[in-house]
Amino acid sequence: MTGLDRFLDSFFNLRVAVEYLPKIIDGFWLTILLAFCIILSGLAAGLALAVLRSLGIRPVNWLIIFVVDLFRALPPLVIIVLLYFGLPAAGLSISGFASAWLSLALVLMAFSEEIFWAGITAVPRGQWEAARSTGLTFAATLGHVVLPQAVRMVVPPLTNRTIAITKGTALASVVAVPEILGAAQAGVSFSFNPTPLTLGALAYVVLFFPVVILGRWIETRFAWKR
Amino acid sequence: MTFDDFLLAFFSLEIVGQAWPILWTGLQQTLLLSAIVVPLGVGGGMLLALLSTVRHRLVRWPLMVWVDFFRAVPPLVLLIFVYAGLPFAGLEVSAIGAVAIGFFLNTGAYYGEILRAGIESVPAGQMEAARSTGLTRWQTMRYVVLPQAVRNVLPDLISNTLEVVKLTSIASVVALPELLFQARQAQSVTYNATPIVAAAVVYFLLLWPVVRLLSRLENRQLAGRR
Amino acid sequence: MAQTPPIVAAHGIHKHFGTLHVLKGVDLMVAERELVFVIGPSGSGKSTLLRCLNRLEEPSSGSITVDGIDMLSRSTDINAARQRVGMVFQSFNLYPHMTALGNVALALRKVQGKSRAEAEARARAALDRVHLADRAGHFPGQLSGGQQQRVAIARAIALEPRVMLFDEPTSALDPELVGGVLAAMRELREDGMTMVVVSHEMGFAKAAADRVVFMADGLVVEQGPPAELFGAPRHERTRAFLGQIERH
Repeated sequence: MTGLDRFLDSFFNLRVAVEYLPKIIDGFWLTILLAFCIILSGLAAGLALAVLRSLGIRPVNWLIIFVVDLFRALPPLVIIVLLYFGLPAAGLSISGFASAWLSLALVLMAFSEEIFWAGITAVPRGQWEAARSTGLTFAATLGHVVLPQAVRMVVPPLTNRTIAITKGTALASVVAVPEILGAAQAGVSFSFNPTPLTLGALAYVVLFFPVVILGRWIETRFAWKR
Repeated sequence: MTFDDFLLAFFSLEIVGQAWPILWTGLQQTLLLSAIVVPLGVGGGMLLALLSTVRHRLVRWPLMVWVDFFRAVPPLVLLIFVYAGLPFAGLEVSAIGAVAIGFFLNTGAYYGEILRAGIESVPAGQMEAARSTGLTRWQTMRYVVLPQAVRNVLPDLISNTLEVVKLTSIASVVALPELLFQARQAQSVTYNATPIVAAAVVYFLLLWPVVRLLSRLENRQLAGRR
Repeated sequence: MAQTPPIVAAHGIHKHFGTLHVLKGVDLMVAERELVFVIGPSGSGKSTLLRCLNRLEEPSSGSITVDGIDMLSRSTDINAARQRVGMVFQSFNLYPHMTALGNVALALRKVQGKSRAEAEARARAALDRVHLADRAGHFPGQLSGGQQQRVAIARAIALEPRVMLFDEPTSALDPELVGGVLAAMRELREDGMTMVVVSHEMGFAKAAADRVVFMADGLVVEQGPPAELFGAPRHERTRAFLGQIERH
């Protein structure tokens, strides 16, 4: 066999590809489900914390800042491993899926809180004053005047951060979740051929390439007015 | 489970004492690994950013595809692909070699995007003024544009470096004895979650100052943009 | 006038930006020690013409020689040639990460290959010529607009150019800061520097220029000594433009 044949036989082996494609596709849907759960709960929790922080209750804010710092400083894989292997020691068993979901949602919560908060503080004081002077309550000012401006301002950084954290779904393979990477690795060890890994990488490209392009587009679309 | 049991399972000082020598070698590996992959990523990113100043179509498009491709593939997938896949192509790579290649490709793309944005943030007049005094393209880049570019995107560079250091934890998956890997070793020997908690604390103490610094820089940056 | 060959000789300069035809065959000759003022409405192509002279813009066609060097030839070392053509920009374009001294010394060190000590001595001398020797250690952000523009002039003259190009050097300045920059330009003129100035400072043109060139729609409409051009313009277009300026 020539080098090229060997290479093709290893990485683009059609027989192996056909055999393991269904597993990879199952993994693909599982990755999407996991990503969806993370994004929804992570962003919601981040926004909730940012709003809570805007109430200006000192001890609460310190706690929020600490939690945010904690989850910005810890590597996501460390959190996943800690939950998955650590919680059983406390008598709580947790599935791999749940530990990955919870971990990455916490990380996204931390990053998005920081970004939402930056957006809220970037809305000029005059906006608050104008809204309150017309008799709007604190909540109405926040909801109708401040947040719409803040959210628009933070769309680009938030999109990029969300994409980066969502790519962490691959980490779930470490705690035995058969998402794309997990399915691909299982395929490699059964077939002694790396083609499932090629498929897995392609699946990620299919999934995230459009998202990365979307992020690029959003970045120019919502560009900061200088 | 009593509170004492909880402490014993997660915060046992005795276990910390036992596991510390293992964790310490892990921390050293993590620092060493960071000292290798950060310069590698910055170097790769600088190369990409400089290439992006070439306006030619034949450079621009392949470059964009390269960057977006490696931003779309999760780093762990890339690492596994290099580590587990390349031997099938007849290329044996060590764990550290696989980490170096994977990080060069992945973090290089991110650093590249940041530095590109930095270069684009320097007004065209700077380039013209420098060229009008006879500086070459390269000298202009080196002495006039890059120093300003780096300063303009310093928060993003620090933020990405933080992410890269955190990301070294995925090297545990290819059995590189860095902090997380060592913590899991210690956990499997002691049947106790304390080593992982201890590793998390080490990560936090190591990276918290960076997170604080970033938080301040980002707020200032947002304020400056108003 | 024609005893010495001109320092700047531009012939038949055309410049297209896509479908836009900005320069439509412009000739410009500048003699040694001459101060030529280029005026005209915005969009007339005067700035583009200036930027073609040191090839910051690539002309679509035509020929340009400066001090006997063919600026458009492939075989010309453009970076060496640009040393002979100093340029001052509307927006100063000082390097914000370097001190005034660093701004002036950079090209002396990196292009002319002088040692740091020698480059800085020359840079100090150049700053002294614009009366800013005491600001050598200041960063651009710590200087007024007028001072910044004078540092930019020092940056250009430190390289001992044969000709200086000024692209609206005072338009970005507050009125009270214009005087200092014009004074620095007048001193340069008295030292015998050849200058091409694109500007709206008509008072300065009347007082100091040897010749005024009026451009409109990418062409030179007319030119002559300031007294002639301002006093008795021959073309309707020139009269209209000058009338508008007067009213301001």
